[in-house]
Amino acid sequence: MQDFLQHMINGLSLGSIYALIALGYTMVYGILQMINFAHSDVYMVGAFAAFYAAKWLGIENSPGFSTLIILLLVSMITCSLLALAIERLAYRPLRKAPKLNILITAIGVSLLLEYSGQVIFGADPKVFPEVLNDSILAEIGIVQLKLSDVTVLGVSIVAMLVLHWLIQSTKVGKAMRAVSLNANVASLLGINVNRIISFTFIIGSSLAGIGSVLVGMKYPKIEPLMGMMIGLKAFVAAVLGGIGSVPGAVLGGIMMGLSEEMVVGYLSSTYRDALAFGILIVVLIFKPSGLFGKSSVEKV
Amino acid sequence: MKFLKNPAISFSALMILGIVLDFGFNAYIQLTVLFVLVNCMMAMSLNLVNGYTGQFSLGHAGFMAIGAYFSAYASLNFPVLPGVLSILSFTIYAFIGGGLAALFGYIVGLPSLRLKGDYLAIVTLGFGEIIRVALQNLNFLGGARGISGIPSLPEIRLGGFVLDRFFVSYSFAIFWCLLCFFVIWRLMKSSHGRSFLSVREDEIAAEAMGINTTKTKVRAFVLSSFFAGVAGAMFAHFTNYISPSSFTFLMSVNAIIMVVLGGMGSMSGSVCAALFITILPEALRSLKDFTGVDLRMVIYSLSLILVMLLRPQGMFGEEEITDLWRRYVKRSS
Repeated sequence: MQDFLQHMINGLSLGSIYALIALGYTMVYGILQMINFAHSDVYMVGAFAAFYAAKWLGIENSPGFSTLIILLLVSMITCSLLALAIERLAYRPLRKAPKLNILITAIGVSLLLEYSGQVIFGADPKVFPEVLNDSILAEIGIVQLKLSDVTVLGVSIVAMLVLHWLIQSTKVGKAMRAVSLNANVASLLGINVNRIISFTFIIGSSLAGIGSVLVGMKYPKIEPLMGMMIGLKAFVAAVLGGIGSVPGAVLGGIMMGLSEEMVVGYLSSTYRDALAFGILIVVLIFKPSGLFGKSSVEKV
Repeated sequence: MKFLKNPAISFSALMILGIVLDFGFNAYIQLTVLFVLVNCMMAMSLNLVNGYTGQFSLGHAGFMAIGAYFSAYASLNFPVLPGVLSILSFTIYAFIGGGLAALFGYIVGLPSLRLKGDYLAIVTLGFGEIIRVALQNLNFLGGARGISGIPSLPEIRLGGFVLDRFFVSYSFAIFWCLLCFFVIWRLMKSSHGRSFLSVREDEIAAEAMGINTTKTKVRAFVLSSFFAGVAGAMFAHFTNYISPSSFTFLMSVNAIIMVVLGGMGSMSGSVCAALFITILPEALRSLKDFTGVDLRMVIYSLSLILVMLLRPQGMFGEEEITDLWRRYVKRSS
């Protein structure tokens, strides 16, 4: 039972990170109907930006909440700028192209970021600066509630609440929802679709930036290929929740995190990567639209 | 150019090329040639799914791994016929390896090919990863260490005449490549091939014309995985060592790059792109001495994006090299 509780805590904090990254996938998919394969590498660049910023500002050895906030901001801004550039240079010229071409371009961008990362940052793993003095907040039997887990959960929840507010209660959010429903009609009603799409990329990749710092805090080893696996899992989480649906991505992420932690805890850690795809295949066979997704009827 | 459409003639022509390669070039170039042939097969088989049927598969390396592991395991643990006949047993193992890959293609394809575009890409990607993780955990297949010491194709003595290893491997590869080429080529001229094309062009219209779209897609997928499995078997015997890390996501991406670069739906495009993509990294090896860092993959990925942006139809588009030739002849006459 105590084991189970510990796995729950770990799973929740891992799941909330997946959820943050899954949100980026789901939002872009909701608006452009494309899988943004480069999202996971934007996340990787965010982690490296935070790493170098900490070095440059000389705060790599001064853990604390101010450090966390500075690194979060740096990472969010870098990710947003990068995603903006990718959208502008690679995706926008292909807006009207067949889906396959966009997908291939996204894979190309993802590979480009990974390999440029290997050239620029070096292929060897780097140690992420210590962001927080990890301490044990509460201890029940052998169950430990660590500060890092609480921070991860707290930051993710705040980010998701802000996102919720942004989408549901602001004018931009309303425009985003309109564009995702029907981009043509939205543009007829005076919404600048291109700007809204850029805005979506900014929000999605800022969330990835937050995720990258949180991951760096929890698992302090960063390398240019770190985005690959976590990106795939986050994507699976988005599909599980119903791609295009924001609450779905959060729920899917949490479920992914929990189930992965349970597999590692009770079966074997070597199967953790296969699990994600196992879940994906099962979901797609039985409920292809995901948990919260709307199944659409194709009209001729 | 018409005579090349006869399998026997093109086989003999390629055999003569093989003799030239055998005597005129060193082992490094010969190995590169063998890899070109493996990649040709990967590209041609993927072209059947991605190019002709319009489905996006990202798990081609998984099928390749199945064929490679079967053929490697079989040639190490099952009896191999003596002498010249050993070629026959390698062919049979490659065939069964391909068949096993095709079986997996059927199992994966049946549920996932009901899905559209992007989802299919992710499911096939997931399948590729699952295969890799499974191979890492199967101890009798060497786990993460892989299988080493896989026998190459033997040299053959006919009387006083010796055919060396490279030549035998080369003929083995050419045999399978031509088989793959002509099977797909002839298939695309048949009504089955036409239904592949119609599924690509418009699924709803194809369905309205009485084509069972899921079945058609599965058929293309199974055939494609068969040839991917055979390509894997060839790969195993040419490199003598395979491990789960030989068949990563990148291997699948590599195959896709070839198909896209050559032009989706062009056989000769796939072949040319396979040639280009295999030789390019080798040619760029010297670039590393020049720049100090390994820029090969950066150039690779950048070229993929640029091709998509500037020439989305690839080198040949949907045309074959023979079409271009014919147009050239017409224009110059």
